[in-house]
Amino acid sequence: MASAAAENDPVAVTGLSKRYGEHTVLTDLSLRVHPGEVFALLGPNGAGKTTTVEILTGVRRRSGGDVQVLGQDPARDPREWRARIGVVSQSTGAYPDLTVGEVVRQFAAMYPRPLPPTQVLDMVGLGPYEKKRTTELSGGQQRRLDVAVGVVGDPELIFLDEPTTGLDPVARREAWELVRFFSGRGRTTVLTTHYLDEAETLATRVGVIAGGRLVACGPPGELGGRETTPATVSFRRSESLAGRDLPDLPRGAVLEPGPAGAGDPVTVLTSEPTQLVSLLGAWAGTELPDLTVHRLTLEEIYLNLIDRHREQPEGNR
Amino acid sequence: MSVMESVSAPGRGLPADLWRASAARSSVELKSFFRNRQSLVFTLFFPVILLVVFGAIFTGKVQGTETDFKQVFMAGIVAAGVMSTAFSGLAINIAIERDTGLISRLAMTPMPKAAYFIGKLVKVVVTTVVEMALLLGIAVTAFGLPLPGTAQRWFTLAWVLTLGTVTCALTGIAYSAAIPNSRSAAAIVTPVFMVLQFISGVFYPFHQLPAWMQTTAALFPVKWMAQGFRAVFLPDSFTVVEPAGGWELGRVALVLGLWAVGGLLLTALTFGWRSARVR
Repeated sequence: MASAAAENDPVAVTGLSKRYGEHTVLTDLSLRVHPGEVFALLGPNGAGKTTTVEILTGVRRRSGGDVQVLGQDPARDPREWRARIGVVSQSTGAYPDLTVGEVVRQFAAMYPRPLPPTQVLDMVGLGPYEKKRTTELSGGQQRRLDVAVGVVGDPELIFLDEPTTGLDPVARREAWELVRFFSGRGRTTVLTTHYLDEAETLATRVGVIAGGRLVACGPPGELGGRETTPATVSFRRSESLAGRDLPDLPRGAVLEPGPAGAGDPVTVLTSEPTQLVSLLGAWAGTELPDLTVHRLTLEEIYLNLIDRHREQPEGNR
Repeated sequence: MSVMESVSAPGRGLPADLWRASAARSSVELKSFFRNRQSLVFTLFFPVILLVVFGAIFTGKVQGTETDFKQVFMAGIVAAGVMSTAFSGLAINIAIERDTGLISRLAMTPMPKAAYFIGKLVKVVVTTVVEMALLLGIAVTAFGLPLPGTAQRWFTLAWVLTLGTVTCALTGIAYSAAIPNSRSAAAIVTPVFMVLQFISGVFYPFHQLPAWMQTTAALFPVKWMAQGFRAVFLPDSFTVVEPAGGWELGRVALVLGLWAVGGLLLTALTFGWRSARVR
């Protein structure tokens, strides 16, 4: 039985699996999306992101596991449930012979409480193109029309499958504004993306799918132990610093061994980089050449995770 | 809780939903059809071209009757026109919409499924009426086809046209399931359209066709539509060469009705709302 918390989570997935004959795409995937959050699904191509979204949106059938989306099994696909979710799928729609406004008005007519079509067009930056034929739009503009079609029903839960792929940087930021608009209305968003900056900027939490399961999940700043991973402080010894012993390092800081001649790099791992840098400054008395403080980026965390799970699917068979 | 609200809502809201969605689909269907040159030329004007070309070629009376073969052909081409807009045009159109993802996109909205088919039917009825106006207008003014002379014949025209359109549309929707992608759509639809025209007595007096061809054609709706339209436009004296010796209007209604029911059942069983590869 679902617990009280599960009933409130717009998306609750337990032990989801998907097989095509012998080929396993998802094995035992579990995830929860909380109300009002923007949840980003990351993962390499073919990892199962789109399959997961398609199962959650009732487009594909699962092979096993329990899936609840807004308290319903998506495989049942009731109409009143459809009215509460919005889907922007990966493929771009084609509406030959129709204008942008006609397409959005058509889809608005399918929902009980749609947003005004002109407002949606303005939100995706297609306001000036309302009377244009869809065939006259650029690829990026057609993608924005997909987004408009997906959200015109003012959904409680929005699925965006790579919504910004193919968009230029300005259009991507407009798409981000749209995500913030719905999250500002208390709506929940599940999005897949290959852009880690997008996940870092937009997402409340990030889930990484690799080898058919969720291998990491958490706020972007904490993913894969990111907040506890030591920062790397490094600089180069100048002539005056050659051969000098370093000052006493903060507790837990680790000096990477290496030669101490002029021009040799010094690298220290520490969870207290601010303290270390001020110690080093006092110690050197001058500017430290090539000083950097590096914390793991989301991209590095992500690549590590993917690397670690690369062999996993074979091992699981 | 909003879940409870939306669960209880459809009972009251459904007819309004269906009306609004059907109106939206119908409007989009008609705009798309009349703005698309390809559908206008292939679907609407192809039968008109056939009418003009063969109307100018065919001469003489049908053997054993006082009726011009041209007029027999006109009644036949009207049946072909119905099949062109309601069957061929529709089946190809649905194959394209499945390919471009429109159908699966509509399936992701709360649109009542019936709204899609109502939109198709509205388009088919409007385009078939336009087709009829074009064909009859040309046949009457340029080729001397007499308009139906009695109220009863007008009535026959109305029901044969309506039933024929609905039958062709339902079988067209069902047949679209046999089309794997939009590129092969015309190749899979057009031969059926052409062969049925030839064996159903559109281009040649039906009673002069070989018996096996007549028997085969009698299994399909085009032969019966053409016969129904002959009952509308040809003098009753022409029945001397009809294989059954009469117009058989009851049987026309029966066969067309059976095909309509069959098309509806097949559509219900085979119509795919997702793209072909989704499992």
